[in-house]
Amino acid sequence: MRKKPLAAAPALPRLPKAPTGIDGLDEITEGGLPRGRPTLVCGSAGCGKTLLGIEFLVRGIQQFGEAGVLLSFEETAAELAANVTSLGFDLGALQANKQLRIDHVHIDRAALEETGEYDLEGLFIRLGYAIDAIGAKRVVLDTLEALFAGFTNQALLRAEIRRLFGWLKDKGVTAVITAERGEHTLTRQGLEEYVSDCVILLDNRVIDQITTRRLRVVKYRGSTHGTNEYPYLITEEGFSVLPVTSLRLEHEVSDNIVSSGVPGLDAMFGRGGWFQGTSTLLTGTAGTAKTTLAVAFALAACQRGERCLYFAFEESPAQLVRNMRSVGLDLAPYIASGLLRLEASRPTLSGLERHLVVVHKLIGQFRPQAVVIDPISNLVSVGSASEVRSMLTRLIDYLKVHGVTALFTALVSGSRGLVELAEEGVSSLVDTWISVRDLEGIGERNRGLSILKSRGMAHSNQVREFVVTARGVELLDVVIGPLGIVTGAGRLSQRLQEQAVARAAQFEVDRNDRELERKRRVLEATINNLRTEFESVEEELRRVNDQAQARQQAQDRDRGTLAAGRPSGGPSAPSETPA
Amino acid sequence: MVAAEPTPPADDLPEPTAEFVFHLYVTGATPNSTRAVRNCKEICELHLAGRYGLLIVDIYQQPHLAQQEQIIAAPTLVRVRPLPQRRLVGDLSDRAAVVAALSLPPAPPLP
Repeated sequence: MRKKPLAAAPALPRLPKAPTGIDGLDEITEGGLPRGRPTLVCGSAGCGKTLLGIEFLVRGIQQFGEAGVLLSFEETAAELAANVTSLGFDLGALQANKQLRIDHVHIDRAALEETGEYDLEGLFIRLGYAIDAIGAKRVVLDTLEALFAGFTNQALLRAEIRRLFGWLKDKGVTAVITAERGEHTLTRQGLEEYVSDCVILLDNRVIDQITTRRLRVVKYRGSTHGTNEYPYLITEEGFSVLPVTSLRLEHEVSDNIVSSGVPGLDAMFGRGGWFQGTSTLLTGTAGTAKTTLAVAFALAACQRGERCLYFAFEESPAQLVRNMRSVGLDLAPYIASGLLRLEASRPTLSGLERHLVVVHKLIGQFRPQAVVIDPISNLVSVGSASEVRSMLTRLIDYLKVHGVTALFTALVSGSRGLVELAEEGVSSLVDTWISVRDLEGIGERNRGLSILKSRGMAHSNQVREFVVTARGVELLDVVIGPLGIVTGAGRLSQRLQEQAVARAAQFEVDRNDRELERKRRVLEATINNLRTEFESVEEELRRVNDQAQARQQAQDRDRGTLAAGRPSGGPSAPSETPA
Repeated sequence: MVAAEPTPPADDLPEPTAEFVFHLYVTGATPNSTRAVRNCKEICELHLAGRYGLLIVDIYQQPHLAQQEQIIAAPTLVRVRPLPQRRLVGDLSDRAAVVAALSLPPAPPLP
């Protein structure tokens, strides 16, 4: 996470900077504090001014090989060392190695009497001696304003402080000067008048009973810088300013497709899943199996052999494992093999920033390829809308930069909820948005799933009904009724209706067949009748013909007989005559 | 604080048995320092003739002493003895304040 200073020579000469090595601060200041110049760090009590100073020195020694001097006006070296031991900073060892020098400047107003003109040359000599003794490049003065409690001659003090800053610049050391926040000014004693190069303001405020610390670079002469208020935390590893990720959109993208864990859902996407390294938002009303879908995704990732980190903000790990077993999703083997890690905590336990840092830290340690946050809407209850937006932006950004495929669930209340999420800007951050919702009919409730958006991929526009079975989530086939897609009991009645219609149609076909057969038989009978009639007519006609023929022959014979002159012809000779 | 520092000034006190012991920390020959040395010597001679020891330390020459003795302003006069320790900053021009702060016995009447 820590980045090395920008080594590549920029096109234009830039202000030389001394990287602090503090998480996030170097990003905001675009490289660190102005090298060889003093920087003022101001803030009220409990902001971590001293810690920032010490971390600046320690990281300077450990990461950049620059020795440092701490001139402490408030705490002794032993106290300081004890305070930062828990952060893993061993001031004693650094001092023994001649990399760090701590000089405690003790000012006792009671034992001090002013009897004429003086200056603060003693301080200069001490500082100069400490710097020269170890060749220090970094100096922290914590807190210089304690001088104002020790000396009464304000005009002289101010002149000397002005001289001190000039002297520090001449020495070429990068200095951090801490100061208490004033009523209406940045510092109680107006030190910002003297330090004109870089001023960093730390702020500690309580909103809704949750403390949030913020850091702002008030000015940075000769350099651009992040101008917003950035939340920061004091963690077990020291100071951590968010964003800890890049401020730019330049992450690499993958063309690989990963499964959602539900085959039917995969099929709704043009390429059978969503892209690796993208973020998916799963929104839905209460009881729409968001967690089940999320677990299915986590399980699918584990089955591919990927590490998956699951943040559960609603259920304890044991409860989640038990509940998911009832729908055929067994997480236990993957938890045992270390591929799956369940992290459960109450969202209200800490502020948003701490959640973000915890998420960051775990992702940094566990290096998962898939992350599930179930649900992010619970985090919304912790902070205001704008805070949540900025946190989620950072989180999603962070996940994308690290190529982690992420799934977030969010509880929404009806259609209003979707609008709210859109307002929070979450929808524009995620690449895929799946909505699950109740499809309430007469006397029953079904679950429907649809894809609201999926960047870079064709996807189904249907609302698919799904059921949670003992074998996990199953999407049901689309059934289209007279008024669109039907679900649940409607789906059943629709099916019955369709079966009745089919039966009726079959019956109709059968009836038609029978009618045809009947008609055929009637026709055949008619044909037979006609044939019989024809035969009788034919017979009658043939008989008439024969008679006519016989009569003709008789006439012919008679006419022959007459021609031979015989009065009456014998019937035996007429045929011989013409021959 | 670094423990191994060279020779604390107590070792080379000119008159370790003196009733009043002063350390005056100055910064070379700056006007303030020169005035302080002159004032200090005059006051001591006037009020404590023969009863005091004075060590003048140039913190330019011995910067580690500045750290060790918690010197911030210069010049600084430290009354080491009698206890409690008292610290005076400035060139000691305000003699009445010096006398009061150091609880010096009144000066003997001028001859």
